[in-house]
Amino acid sequence: MSHEPENSVSPKTIEQVYQPMNRRTFLKGTAAAMVGMAGLVAALKPLLALERGEVTLHDLLQKHYRELSPADLERIRKSLEAKCEAEYGVRPTIKDLKPLDGVGFGYALNLTRCIGCRKCAHACLAENNQSREDANDIEMSYIRVLEMNKGAINLETSNAYYDPEKVPQKDKYYMPVQCHQCAQSPCTKVCPVQATWQEKDGLVVVDYNWCIGCRYCMAACPYDARRFNFKKPTIKPEAINREQSYLSNRIRPKGVVEKCTFCLQRTRAGKYPACLEVCPTGARVFGNLLDPNSEINYILNNKRVYILKEDVGTQPRFYYFFDK
Amino acid sequence: MRDYVTFLFRVWRLSFQGSWKFYAWMTLLSAVSLLGLNAYAHQFVQGLQTSNMTNQVSWGAYIANFTFLVGVAAAAVMLVIPAYIYKKEYMHEVVLFGELLAIAVIVMCLLFVTVDLGHPERFHHMIPPFGIFNFPGSILSWDVIVLNGYLLLNMHIAGYLLYCRYQRRKPTKTFYIPFVFLSIVWAVSIHTVTAFLYVGLAGRSYWHHPLVPSRFLASAFVAGPSLMILAFQVIRRVTRYYIGDQPIFTLRMIMTVAMVINMFLLGCELFTEFYSPTQHAAAAHYLYFGLHGHHALVPWIWSAMALDFVGLALLISPLSRRIAGLNIACVACFIGIWIEKGFGLIIPGFVPSSLGQIVEYLPSLNETLVCLGIWAFGLLLFSWMLHVAIPIMNGSLRAQPELSTTNP
Repeated sequence: MSHEPENSVSPKTIEQVYQPMNRRTFLKGTAAAMVGMAGLVAALKPLLALERGEVTLHDLLQKHYRELSPADLERIRKSLEAKCEAEYGVRPTIKDLKPLDGVGFGYALNLTRCIGCRKCAHACLAENNQSREDANDIEMSYIRVLEMNKGAINLETSNAYYDPEKVPQKDKYYMPVQCHQCAQSPCTKVCPVQATWQEKDGLVVVDYNWCIGCRYCMAACPYDARRFNFKKPTIKPEAINREQSYLSNRIRPKGVVEKCTFCLQRTRAGKYPACLEVCPTGARVFGNLLDPNSEINYILNNKRVYILKEDVGTQPRFYYFFDK
Repeated sequence: MRDYVTFLFRVWRLSFQGSWKFYAWMTLLSAVSLLGLNAYAHQFVQGLQTSNMTNQVSWGAYIANFTFLVGVAAAAVMLVIPAYIYKKEYMHEVVLFGELLAIAVIVMCLLFVTVDLGHPERFHHMIPPFGIFNFPGSILSWDVIVLNGYLLLNMHIAGYLLYCRYQRRKPTKTFYIPFVFLSIVWAVSIHTVTAFLYVGLAGRSYWHHPLVPSRFLASAFVAGPSLMILAFQVIRRVTRYYIGDQPIFTLRMIMTVAMVINMFLLGCELFTEFYSPTQHAAAAHYLYFGLHGHHALVPWIWSAMALDFVGLALLISPLSRRIAGLNIACVACFIGIWIEKGFGLIIPGFVPSSLGQIVEYLPSLNETLVCLGIWAFGLLLFSWMLHVAIPIMNGSLRAQPELSTTNP
């Protein structure tokens, strides 16, 4: 094999390195640099379509939710309210509800009663302001209702996209799945910036202004409970729920992860989650695990309780149970 | 200090001087990089809806390429070990190229992670004191440390050795030898930590098994050397730097052993997945045979298998003692591993989803352009570093040019 190379760095060019720049090379270099710059500008042209105020210095300097002073939080909430009004034409009230002392939320779902009507999934959308194209678009709902074959609890043969004339179908039963608010939550463990964490009442929340959108939490979640805003949320003004909270149902920016918070904006104010209120069969039981006389504790102590994917070790606060 | 500024200035000037072929090559790579940047600008404005990723398949081509490339970067260690531990003199001629390749590839890795972020402008949230670094809980934070550390190590070693060569003085051992040995351990760590990103997720049974890190390393030590073998031949063909056959055939030996181990581990994996019909094998079923009528990855993985076997057969046979045979083996192994370790590992982790639903994924055009752009940029970076490093290595660029031998 010949190693007489054709040399890309010839002695001549090396010599030029040692000599002062002359007029010709300078002009040539300038011309090339201008062509390069033109290319760069052309490549970056789509950035002109960025909405004003989408990336502001204030946003970049904002601290993590748990490090914000009350005054900062107040200012940010007001500016988010104004932003929502400017972008969606509706002015919401964005509250900041803190966890209550002596409360640890728990949720149980009666698989014997659930008929798979998906009212909970729709109520979730109406309450939590998720992005959707039309009323039938429930992709971003925090609840996925699975149609299961009777005879086993087998997710592999389940169908989340069932669409029969009537429910329940004869050979099927139905299993709604939403965030289990795990005590050993894989999602909060993997987040590189602690944008998601567990509050002292057990709810796992996300700071949408801190999330960097890496989606590692989505890979970690065994319950498919997290949604990502691949685009700026689309939601009609009349569909917007104005009663909002900073850590839950305020309208999300694009590029961040969101999830079920057991309707924190309701439950921390003493109300039931939207999915429970709408359930026509009373399959859902919600309450305070720390109160020994609560209904949820009665269920956990007296019914046949099933924990989804207990083997993964996540220790959920969401339980399934059977009547008979 | 002043000498160093002169050095940088000369390097800068040299960067823009070369034959028309050099200009053509660099212009082509710049153009493709800009195409990728343009696609990324679209993504930045519109969000990741420009990709084909979904809530179910939440990582795609970006993370697949990232995973593969971390291995290529780690493989630089396969030049360092023969050179510094076994003291093979002929490996010292090329070890620097491995380090330069590692630099270019780590930059590509960091770019692939950055383009995957929904909010890249919030990157500082990871850097104290501006942000919160979830260490040691999040394996991603470990990955940030090891990848950037590896980048700095290689930049220090390569930069220091080149500068010494330029000044025609012997490098001070204490300045770089400890870092060289550190980089050996560090190279293994970058790929192990990257494997732990996936292995640590108990909810994804396709990833949650202990063979992944070993297989990552084995396949990395095939893909990396195969790229280097090809790069060395380009270097000795188009530049004035002589690389003998010895380093190339040393790499061939390393590749062969690594490929045999890789295929053995693959066999172990397939046996575990398919011997007992468990639900945990659903992802592997989807990958190799399709599941419930969904087959998007089947042609890909069987192409990868075919390429892997062709590569393995060539490597263990005398055919690869000839350069042409070896080159075919390198290309086959590189592409085969790129498919099986990128797409073949990442996508089935999400299919079926954790609730058993099947949503398929193949990258969108915009995603593909971003990927192409990053590959072109990596190649651009590596070409530039070689263009500058080789005249220093062969002595034509040096501190005192009057002693130059290139100007008779």
